[in-house]
Amino acid sequence: MGLVVDDSRSVRKVARRILEALDFETAEAVDGVEALAFCKAAMPDAILLDWSMPNMDGLEFLRLLRQEPGGHAPVVVFCAAENEPARIAEVLEAGADEYIMKPFDGDIVASKFSMAGLL
Amino acid sequence: MTPAALDFLSELVRTHTGVILQSEKSYFAESRLAPLARREGHESVEALLTSLGRHWDEKLAAATVDAMAIIDTAFFRDREVFEHIGKVMLPALAAARQDGVVRVWCAGCSTGQEAYSMAMLALQVESQVPNLKIDIIGTDLSQRALEKAHSGIYTQFEVQRGLPIRLLLQHFEKIGDMWRVSERLRQAVRWRQLNLLEDRRSVRAFDILLCRNVVRYFDPAIADRVLEQMAGALAPDGFLVLGADETTRAPSLTHDETGSGAYRKTPDRGQAAA
Repeated sequence: MGLVVDDSRSVRKVARRILEALDFETAEAVDGVEALAFCKAAMPDAILLDWSMPNMDGLEFLRLLRQEPGGHAPVVVFCAAENEPARIAEVLEAGADEYIMKPFDGDIVASKFSMAGLL
Repeated sequence: MTPAALDFLSELVRTHTGVILQSEKSYFAESRLAPLARREGHESVEALLTSLGRHWDEKLAAATVDAMAIIDTAFFRDREVFEHIGKVMLPALAAARQDGVVRVWCAGCSTGQEAYSMAMLALQVESQVPNLKIDIIGTDLSQRALEKAHSGIYTQFEVQRGLPIRLLLQHFEKIGDMWRVSERLRQAVRWRQLNLLEDRRSVRAFDILLCRNVVRYFDPAIADRVLEQMAGALAPDGFLVLGADETTRAPSLTHDETGSGAYRKTPDRGQAAA
């Protein structure tokens, strides 16, 4: 199961299509709050996570997720516009497995998922 | 482009590089050659090719061939191959060398991602193979590709193909929208222009010879001849590594059963009997 977390509807649509092409059953969440509620009910295998979102951003969500029981299991791949090395290092320290800089395409997602051991 | 112009171009590329152009790619040839045709003052790609056919100009021919170069590469392409090189080949070769120097040749290195991947791999296995010193040379026919390889500057798209984020942060510096390979990695690789079709005798013996996703584009008759010549540049215990779906029947090369597209020098029967 793959969870796409992004406040942009069009990004969620594109990402869902890519994940489904990689044979992931896919669910969506619009921000960290919704994503956390989803994970508490059913931990996904993979999370494609935006950073900047209203209510709860990606970094805050990741920190809370990793404190949940079973919260270390999902492979978390950030997918965000942020491309400053120092800021990327921050989310890796917080427990992200891989990082995609937007804009992205299907090849990049497949390549990153493969590096993160998902494919 | 007329069929005659496309035929002329195909033959030019084949004789210069060994590469067979796919005939359905005439739109591709058109878009690749348009800037060159403009620069040379021709009103169309076809006019450029016609002119070249009438008045042979070696420099213009080389520029035409260079514009058609296939750029098909990525960092750590086929990850399992690099895992195999890091876990099996590098430790074995470093142990067999008194000075620990493992010589690597990336033949048809294109824009350099594979050579830099080898340099990163060597640093990754440093702790397990402490005496390892890697010496990498990348060669390609395309001057354009080599200039990019040498600059070590890649787009954000390119650094996300095959390159784990931690290696990006460790070995690259962000310059505006581009990413540049660290000084340390750039120092580990040398670049040379080389046409694999040219007859030559190698004075150096290479321990790992990467020729991946190169001969697949070649005229099959030329491919085995090129690889046969490359076998002569291989150390007796060295490895030649082809791309994922490439094979060869070059007599001097024997498929290595440990896998990952590796070949070894066919044992010399004369020597074995002695």
